[in-house]
Amino acid sequence: MTAGREIGRPILEIDGVSLAFGGVVALQGVSFDVREHEIRAIIGPNGAGKSSMLNVINGVYHPQQGTVAFKGRKRRNVDPHEAAQQGIARTFQNIALFRGMTVLDNIMTGRNLKMKSNFLQQAVYWGAAKREELEHRAKAEAVIDFLEIQHIRKTPVGRLPYGLQKRVELARALAAEPELLLLDEPMAGMNLEEKQDMSRFVLDVNDQMGTSIVLIEHDMSVVMDLSDRVVVLDYGRKIADGTPDEVRNDRGVIDAYLGVAH
Amino acid sequence: MQFFFEVLIGGLLAGVMYSLVALGFVLIYKASGVFNFAQGAMVFFAALTTVGFISMGAPFWLAVALALLAMVALAFFTERVVLRPLVNQPQITLFMATIGLAFFIEGIAQLTWGANVHALDLGIADEPIEWLIGNTGMNISKFDLVASGIAAALVAVLAVFFNKTRTGRALRAVADDHQAALAVGISLQRIWVIVWMVAGFVALVTGLLWGARNGVQFALTFLALKALPVLILGGFESIAGAIVGGLIVGASEKLAEVYIGPHVGGGIESWFPYVLALAFLLVRPEGLFGERRIDRV
Repeated sequence: MTAGREIGRPILEIDGVSLAFGGVVALQGVSFDVREHEIRAIIGPNGAGKSSMLNVINGVYHPQQGTVAFKGRKRRNVDPHEAAQQGIARTFQNIALFRGMTVLDNIMTGRNLKMKSNFLQQAVYWGAAKREELEHRAKAEAVIDFLEIQHIRKTPVGRLPYGLQKRVELARALAAEPELLLLDEPMAGMNLEEKQDMSRFVLDVNDQMGTSIVLIEHDMSVVMDLSDRVVVLDYGRKIADGTPDEVRNDRGVIDAYLGVAH
Repeated sequence: MQFFFEVLIGGLLAGVMYSLVALGFVLIYKASGVFNFAQGAMVFFAALTTVGFISMGAPFWLAVALALLAMVALAFFTERVVLRPLVNQPQITLFMATIGLAFFIEGIAQLTWGANVHALDLGIADEPIEWLIGNTGMNISKFDLVASGIAAALVAVLAVFFNKTRTGRALRAVADDHQAALAVGISLQRIWVIVWMVAGFVALVTGLLWGARNGVQFALTFLALKALPVLILGGFESIAGAIVGGLIVGASEKLAEVYIGPHVGGGIESWFPYVLALAFLLVRPEGLFGERRIDRV
């Protein structure tokens, strides 16, 4: 499984991050890191702060305390579109696609950041703008082939079944050629077959493109199969961190999931 | 029958002018979900600025270029002062803000250039085409025909821009889902400036054509009201809808005036489109090309 990729230095370092909404504490002093080419899972019971953590990483939320460093540089309150420019792409728990647009157009929005032609050239769709459009179209098609969605290329996303929409959202994220990919429950609501497909794609992305991945997932067998290391959150605190095997046998984790007898 | 066609074609050509006004509304509504009440004021401002520079002795094209610059400046101003502080506010708040903006733009325009009615000559005569009268007997204005051509070219350019380019795609993406647009790296603020710039450009073209036809005067701001039935018929989110809606309004008001008017004492041209729009609301509230929204309860 890990053939051809080598886990390297930390690409993302979370240090003592705390986040509260009014009096409600979502995250409390959470620290962990994600290394290059690694698949890092975040697990925990409902309301543990998993999605909040992902939202901190891509700049939707700004933590009150602690720091986030991406590629060795500490960031100050970046916005989501700035995080995207730095090389962080993501998918959402409740799919956030452009429903009225075709699959291809959705994926092309992922390439937007890589395009350089200016506004005036685009207004007349001439020269550089046209060349660029065709060049990036080729990249988008490569992603489409990779995720095996050629047959729905021209379909408006709103008409697709749920499982395929999830795949299109992954495609849009990949089109940006991110260094760090955040997946918020990529397999939620899928049947077994769809889960197997999605697992294969996640592994292929990690293996062939070398992308570092942060993954939130509830299906434990998926988490154990895919991830290199696992962070466990409970009530906004980190309660365990390690390989899937270490985490699985951790007393605190078992208590958090099953409850403790009093 | 020949008379019917003459009225119909005249109405359709007039309808193109309504389509142009509605187009400005659709652009901004699509990208930000805001009904921009100031679009009529922008039309007035653009036309008055052009005429103002011409009266200062500037050649026509220079005056148009300067007016375009003014519209670009207005777009930046609007995004910075009106839209950015109100981000994430309810739509009705933004709508109210555009009403305020409309008064502001009207005030600035008249403060700078005065409140007189100005003539604007585009060099296209508003007179019947001889050849058509000679061959078919129909009385069609040359000006209407040229205006339609300009409108068609404008729509074609916008269609390519929206469908083929990165910025066009970003505009559609923002219209669809703000959160997702941010996550793929689209800056909402930049997109809003661009869409207001494009709407300003459309306002300029509209202002020049309407100004040449009726004179550049304060009444141009009331065009915003004329755009309402067009938008209700065509749908607020669709460029195609703005075109078709405009054509329907133009044709139906002329036909109604000629064929129904005499039976009810005439003068129905000015209110017939609104009645039509009202009837339409009962049957198809999202308009001909609008998006049907199904909300989960």
